Amino acid sequence: MRFRTVTSPHVLLETSVGLIMRRVLYAMLPGIVALIWFFGWGIGVNLVLATVVALLAEAAMLVMRSKPLASHLGDTSAVVTAWLLAVALPPLAPWWLTVIGVLSAIVVAKHLYGGLGYNPFNPAMVGYVVLLISFPREMSTWLIPHGLGQPHTLTLLETLQAIFGTAPISLDALTGATPLDVLRTQLGLGLSVTEIRNSPVFGIVAGHGWEWATLGFLAGGLWLVYIRAAAWQIPVGMLSGLAVIATGFYLVDPQHYAPPWLHLWSGAAVYGAFFIATDPVTASATPRGRLIYGAGIGMLVYIIRGFGGYPDGVAFAVLLMNIAAPTIDLYTQPRVFGARQR
Amino acid sequence: MSAWFPFHGGVKTVRHKTESSQRPIQPGLLPSRLVVPLHQHVGATAKPMVQPGDRVLKGQMIGQADGYVSAAVHAPTSGRIMAVDQQPVPHPSGLPDWCVTLETDGEDHWIERKPLDYRRLHPSDLRNAIRNAGVVGLGGAVFPSAVKMNLSGHCERLDHLILNGAECEPWMSCDDLIMRERAAEIVAGIHIMVHVLNPHQVLIGIEDDKPEAIAAMNAACAGTGYQVCPVPTRYPSGGAKQLTKLLTNKEAPVNGRSTDIGVQCFNVATAYTLHRAVNHGEPVISRIVTVTGQVAHPQNIDALLGTAFADLIAQCGGYSDGVERLIMGGPMMGFALHRDDVPVTKATNCILAASARELTLEQPVMPCIRCGDCVDVCPADLLPQQLYWYARAKEFDKARDHHLFSCIECGCCSYVCPSHIPLVQYYRYAKNEIWAREKEKQQAELARQRHRARMERLEREKQEREAKLRQKAPPSRAELVVVPGTGISERNG
Ligand code: SF4
Ligand code: SF4
Repeated sequence: MRFRTVTSPHVLLETSVGLIMRRVLYAMLPGIVALIWFFGWGIGVNLVLATVVALLAEAAMLVMRSKPLASHLGDTSAVVTAWLLAVALPPLAPWWLTVIGVLSAIVVAKHLYGGLGYNPFNPAMVGYVVLLISFPREMSTWLIPHGLGQPHTLTLLETLQAIFGTAPISLDALTGATPLDVLRTQLGLGLSVTEIRNSPVFGIVAGHGWEWATLGFLAGGLWLVYIRAAAWQIPVGMLSGLAVIATGFYLVDPQHYAPPWLHLWSGAAVYGAFFIATDPVTASATPRGRLIYGAGIGMLVYIIRGFGGYPDGVAFAVLLMNIAAPTIDLYTQPRVFGARQR
Repeated sequence: MSAWFPFHGGVKTVRHKTESSQRPIQPGLLPSRLVVPLHQHVGATAKPMVQPGDRVLKGQMIGQADGYVSAAVHAPTSGRIMAVDQQPVPHPSGLPDWCVTLETDGEDHWIERKPLDYRRLHPSDLRNAIRNAGVVGLGGAVFPSAVKMNLSGHCERLDHLILNGAECEPWMSCDDLIMRERAAEIVAGIHIMVHVLNPHQVLIGIEDDKPEAIAAMNAACAGTGYQVCPVPTRYPSGGAKQLTKLLTNKEAPVNGRSTDIGVQCFNVATAYTLHRAVNHGEPVISRIVTVTGQVAHPQNIDALLGTAFADLIAQCGGYSDGVERLIMGGPMMGFALHRDDVPVTKATNCILAASARELTLEQPVMPCIRCGDCVDVCPADLLPQQLYWYARAKEFDKARDHHLFSCIECGCCSYVCPSHIPLVQYYRYAKNEIWAREKEKQQAELARQRHRARMERLEREKQEREAKLRQKAPPSRAELVVVPGTGISERNG
């Protein structure tokens, strides 16, 4: 009788790349539900459109690179990239914006850099930054969240018409600035933080509607950390980095610098900490390195928000720290078992 | 002792121990033919002492220990030598090795067994006796015990003597059973170790999923001062370094030995065979083997060395359906064999006939997504994904700088890898490549030294010839001085 010979171990944990990716998708659901509740169908349409484009682009690239379609499409990593990007797009973003963003992410940032596991930059954030730089106006046209006195709630049909460029109604009355936008422009006008924060746009903590989405992403993110699908060091590092630097400035001059809780709870801070920065491929891979990597992102986010040209800085901060990840890894190797204690 | 010191990493695996641990140890049936390998231990192959046609008695030495790191091999029963030649053996390489084939006569006739009074013997005589009795580590590493019972200046006396009864590999239960059934003999073996090594403390580490073994060992240790220490069930708690850390919070240094930190570690079954060898004059001719998985009656068998795997499987009622792989050792670190006509050796702690149900079917290998799961579970605190990267890119120097040689090949990283990368395979490959290159370099260095020595000799001879010639021709008034090595002569004065 002859038997097959394969190397040990002969048993493996039931896990796969696909499983990890699908868990990320599940974890995004609470935040997505909140976004749809406050910003309407547009978010959902964007998600579906991005998913379809991402899968098609992924399949095309896999065929071109002659990789097995089944296992690589089945890992759902393209869908994760699509969702991560779509959630960050304005709810009524024209269809071509989503398409360009997804193609930049999947074709350029992922496959032209070697495909899954080899891309040095977070694909979703590459797509986002491409759009932000090329189409700043379209990227900053956000809907006024539900419950903040918009004159009209768009139906699904109207949303589709708006996204595919055949809107019968003018959208201008429905759109407004995001809380971080407001903060930025009004600080520029010389108003104090207290005055600015009286605007209803800021809701209870950090933006009407937005804060609930943040809560949703926090819940999903904590679940990811709990089941160890995301490394805890990265969100902890990033949020602490942001909190520390924001607190410092706030203590120096509370009228010029927004309080730390506003920074933590607004924009893409929580979403970025749990979902964007934790993309393992582009992050640091050592335990200590991940703390440093996260903290670096947190601080850069604050610097870009406070002193850069954009209201939020998560995408840029993540990309900048992506570059630093290999170096961080090199200098944060764990102490090997039996090596002398440092 | 209830406190233990956790080691980093490790995994919770499936257990599957009860399948084989429910029945008492069964004596092995006497087969008509035994094939006894001469290389069942780490170190030099034993030198054969018999020829075809010789009659041997049970326990008679048939292979002599060859040097310091080696161990003797004995006839497991009485009979006639059929052959001394190369036969298939259970080894990952699949290559045949030197074996003595014995036709058994069914009489099981012992040699004269001479118990030793170890308290009266000089330690080096005792060690010789242990080497000649073929005592080696039975946990699977098969390192000659006589060598480990010599501290030879590494430390004055041991702080801790550790007995390894953790048995963390799934499916395996041979150590569990030997502790349950032969605790008193194990303790008798520990007495011998204590006599030679003189430790401050004796700690017996057992995973806490073996309550019967813990109870039996506790009872046997009563009044001896030896401590039975239950440790949490977490693979690889039975790794010598991990168990040492668990019990003493000490880490054996990188590139060092456990004796550097005053610790020596033996398997419980080794202590048992030591007792049999010293107190009963019985060399190591059998061992307990767990036969489990897809066989009709999984159980532990006290099998004669040299018994074919197939005979043991038959004794357990034969294969059930769908056996895919035959594994020697546990599923985490054991290796798959492609045939079952190979003999039991001192390293055979477990034979696992695994079907698709026990195994994880082969999954498509995906690229590394740097998720770091492997880092979290690595008990050696390495960066497995980085080592994989370097091994794959053949950057062996970098792999070594990242402590490739601290990898204990436990398989935890492969176990959790979501991309199903056979990581351990890459580490073995890289280690082998580095060893091969090292050897090549040494040989080149040797050749260079030989060449240099030859050139120097030729030069010297040439100069001597020249000097003789000059002596014959009368020198002019001034002395000629030869500047050594240059072939230039200068006039002096
Ligand atoms: S577990 Fe596998 S995929 Fe994850 S970092 Fe390690 S090698 Fe890469
Ligand atoms: S096989 Fe080596 S690298 Fe992998 S977990 Fe074990 S010690 Fe670490």
